[in-house]
Amino acid sequence: MTTDSTSPLLLVVEDDAPMRRFLRVALTAAGYRINEAETGMDGVHKAAMQPPDAILLDLGLPDIDGLEVVRRVRDWSQVPIVVISARGQEKDKVVALDVGADDYLSKPFGVAELLARVRVALRHAARVASRSATGEATRFAVGELEIDLAARRVTCAGTEIHLTPIEYRLLTTLAQHAGKVLTHAFLLKEVWGPGSEGEAHNLRVFLAALRRKIEAEPARPRYLLTEQGVGYRLVDE
Amino acid sequence: MTEPHKTDEVLEQVRAEQQQQRRGKLKIFFGYAAGVGKTYSMLEAAQAQHKLGVDLVVGYVEPHGRPETEALLAGLPALPTRQVEHRGVTLQEFDLEGALARRPALVLVDELAHTNAPSLRHAKRWQDVDDLIAAGIDVYTTLNVQHLESLNDIITQITSVVVRETLPDAVFERADEVELVDLPPDDLLVRLREGKIYVAAQAERAMDNFFRRANLIALRELALRLTADRVHVQVQTARLERAADLPWATHETILVCFGSSPSSAKIIRAAKRMAAGFQAPWIAAHIETSRDSWMSRASRLQLLRNHRLAEQLGAETVTLSGDSVADEVINYARSRNVTKILVGKPHRSRWIDLLRGSLVAALLRRSGDIDVYVTRGAEEVEGPRVEPPPRPRIRWPDYGSMAAIILLCTGLAALLQWCGLREINIVMVFFLGVVFVAARYGRGPAAAASVLSILLFDFFLVPPRFSFAVSDTQYLLTFAVMLVVALVISTLTSRFRIQAESSRNRERNTEALYQLTRELAGRMSNRELVATAERLIQNLYGGRVAILLPDDKGILKPPASPDGAFAASENERAVAQWTLEHRKPAGSGTDTLPHAAALYLPLVGAQQAVGVLGLANPRTEDGGPLPADRRQLLEALVQQAALAVERHLLAEQAEKVLMQIETERLRGSLLSSVSHDLRTPLAVIAGASSTLLEKNRPKDLETQRDLLYSIYDEAERMTRLVENVLHITRLESGAMVLSKQAQPLEEVLSSVLVHLEKTLQGRPLNMKFVDTLPMVQFDGIMIEQVLANLLDNAVKYTPAGSPIDIIMGIEDNEAVIEVADRGPGLKTGEEQRIFEKFVRGSAGGSEARRGAGLGLAICRAIIQAHGGRIWAANRPGGGARFIFTLPVGEETSSVV
Repeated sequence: MTTDSTSPLLLVVEDDAPMRRFLRVALTAAGYRINEAETGMDGVHKAAMQPPDAILLDLGLPDIDGLEVVRRVRDWSQVPIVVISARGQEKDKVVALDVGADDYLSKPFGVAELLARVRVALRHAARVASRSATGEATRFAVGELEIDLAARRVTCAGTEIHLTPIEYRLLTTLAQHAGKVLTHAFLLKEVWGPGSEGEAHNLRVFLAALRRKIEAEPARPRYLLTEQGVGYRLVDE
Repeated sequence: MTEPHKTDEVLEQVRAEQQQQRRGKLKIFFGYAAGVGKTYSMLEAAQAQHKLGVDLVVGYVEPHGRPETEALLAGLPALPTRQVEHRGVTLQEFDLEGALARRPALVLVDELAHTNAPSLRHAKRWQDVDDLIAAGIDVYTTLNVQHLESLNDIITQITSVVVRETLPDAVFERADEVELVDLPPDDLLVRLREGKIYVAAQAERAMDNFFRRANLIALRELALRLTADRVHVQVQTARLERAADLPWATHETILVCFGSSPSSAKIIRAAKRMAAGFQAPWIAAHIETSRDSWMSRASRLQLLRNHRLAEQLGAETVTLSGDSVADEVINYARSRNVTKILVGKPHRSRWIDLLRGSLVAALLRRSGDIDVYVTRGAEEVEGPRVEPPPRPRIRWPDYGSMAAIILLCTGLAALLQWCGLREINIVMVFFLGVVFVAARYGRGPAAAASVLSILLFDFFLVPPRFSFAVSDTQYLLTFAVMLVVALVISTLTSRFRIQAESSRNRERNTEALYQLTRELAGRMSNRELVATAERLIQNLYGGRVAILLPDDKGILKPPASPDGAFAASENERAVAQWTLEHRKPAGSGTDTLPHAAALYLPLVGAQQAVGVLGLANPRTEDGGPLPADRRQLLEALVQQAALAVERHLLAEQAEKVLMQIETERLRGSLLSSVSHDLRTPLAVIAGASSTLLEKNRPKDLETQRDLLYSIYDEAERMTRLVENVLHITRLESGAMVLSKQAQPLEEVLSSVLVHLEKTLQGRPLNMKFVDTLPMVQFDGIMIEQVLANLLDNAVKYTPAGSPIDIIMGIEDNEAVIEVADRGPGLKTGEEQRIFEKFVRGSAGGSEARRGAGLGLAICRAIIQAHGGRIWAANRPGGGARFIFTLPVGEETSSVV
């Protein structure tokens, strides 16, 4: 694939040189343009000077905390941010997502996973942009699952599925952010309203019910994935 | 690795401990009188040290205004003295706190026997010096022979000057070095006349009293002999050290009996000298008799002083009780293998001996093979102390009751007389009354009752009635006999009463000790243990009790209970801290920091001081300090508590050490495992990638792909291994905190299956669930790890393509999750072992053998942390099954 000035620009904020090189090689090969920053401050600076289409941000930076970078960028920009951190630091990921990151990647990861996350991030940004231009999207489809938002109808492999109002709201919230991981706190706030953040078990109960309705094999879900310790994701490809 | 760094740490620690353990050295410049040049010698020595560069300060040097001394002081750094106002006079005192804060290597403190001004930390300067030494500071000091406690009365005899400032012999004996500073008496007298010792005005008086030539010669002899003895002991000790298995020089044990008289002090000192002569351990015993309950406050204080004196001189003190002093002494002596008993010579008339029996005679009769020494219990030289006669407080209500009882008896007697009974029987009624009064109200009322009975008997019942006149002289004999009998009865009865009381007291003491020991014997937490001891001691002593325990750095923690609030103030805590560090009692009623609100006793166990007990405002009869017997009981109780606390600490330490050993072992195996299991994949990665980088690398794409795949696979394997190693270290270090939440089990399974998609490729999965699976409380990430490890194992240890079953159900309020395969199964005896760390299953191909053997150990640790169980078994029809359970809480089954 060739890169030209129209292909998406990605900002990679990462202090580790080999890691940076790997990202550069993999992403350039996939047709993206790359801008690199070694420190958090440099990252914030470059994001402002040459606004990227998405940011890949390592949480462990030498100067300022990665979370701080997310906060500062979010002050003026809605650019998708994908956070990179090690496994076992689920709490950091949740915090990063809650302060405005869009998604995360756990080290170590393969190229396929990396590219999938980048695609989701860019697509999501495009969807938000088109939504603000043309109003709410009316239809969402992935695999055999279809949601007709105008008609409030959900079908799977052509058969209509009956959802309770909360299940429906849960599914549409996930569909609006399809491909992205949504934290427990976010989902609770969106579906049940502010102040219900502590009732994670409710969310789990409804999600299990939803899964039983839309998944052929609830224990091996195709659409509704669990990110242990972080939240849920509705696949979009 | 961190190995060299660790060794450094250990060394550092040892060095710090040595520093802590290092006590300062005490050097005493010892002389027989003022003016022999002790201070001068001390300063000379100090100058020499100063030249050598030793960090020394002059803590305190008596300013006698001698020019030679002043000259030697020049150039030595001095610590400012402390100005203390006392009764309108400004006193210059040694500033202990200043010296401790300054922490020099060596401090000069003149006049070891000096008595401090009352507001200072300690009553005596030698206690200050003890503190310095305990803090690791060397001390030079001076001492005159007349100040030694055990020589006190001999000195008084020689010089007829009473020396008030005395020093416990133990301090002198503990000194690391004693340098005798000697000057012939004639030279000393010359120096005195020249005014080199005291300023001229005082010289005359001093000379008259103390500096007589004869005195000086005697004192010099004492000092020389003492120094010689010390050398002798040192030689002997050295000899003993060389031949450690030689028996104790003598097998003597000395027992000295003392009472509440001031003269007992002399007997105690005599015993000390005797013990020193024989190099024998010695015991000082006080025998408490029923007469002791009459003791005046002054006598009780004297008894307490005698107790302390004996303790200071190094005796083990005991209190025995019983009315036959001789019996108690002999029985105790036999039980302790005492070889010599020392008693005071009684200075009372033979008549009293005849009446009461002589202690000495009784001892001699029963002593058998024990030698009995009798020493003169002389009056104090400063004249006999006027003691108020022992008199119990008069309790008037008792006398009122007594009068009522005797009146009642008179009425009854009159009635009996009216009935025609004879006088002999009527008298019995009065005796009855007297016995009753004696038993009930004690000796005083009983004696009064005896007299009153006779008066009333005479007045109402003996003709002529209603007059004290007696018509028949026969009655006079009746009265006399009646009086004697009544008095004897009353004395005997009240004595029984007192004995019964004291045996009740003893019983209470024994009971208290027993109760404490029993209650503390049970397994309980340190906190409960302390609370129990506090409660029991508070019940016995009243007031408020707090047991303070030190933290890791040896600083006492503030009291735990609200009752201990008295010990929370900075002052009180400082006193308690001193007690802990010096393992000596302090505070109210002691010589150290007596102005504190409470008495503090150290909790000294078998090896270490483990805490401090504070006792504020204990109940005492007169509001004064605790009497000796109760103090002793308290000390016994404290010792029991100390042993219990120490036992607890030791158990804790043992557990810690065990854990450390376990951790070390784990670290060792982890290291070897990791180094092997990481190196193999690293070797593959390095090899494959370098092959690809070679100039003449394989040209065909298939081979290149193969190499790339092997790099990728090895990286995956390393990821898993690192994951497991991290997990087990976190679990083992206890740093892992479960964040349990109610959640459906299917959910965690689904996320595992997504993660393991690649691993599980080509494996038919059969899942069996109960539809009604409840929500279960667990940590999702952890259980995900368990399932991942079990599934990973199932793949590794079974032939490719064989099916894997996952079954979830509910049994007896437990969620039961099973992962079963159709592989070769487990060997007999392996079912338990495979859950151990670094144990790999015997089945499986090379893939399985390359694991670290941590997977199942992690599973077990996680499941146990959740309160569940995990086990393995073989399946009927072939294959292994791994089952784990998670408890289903009540509250979680009713969610939705």
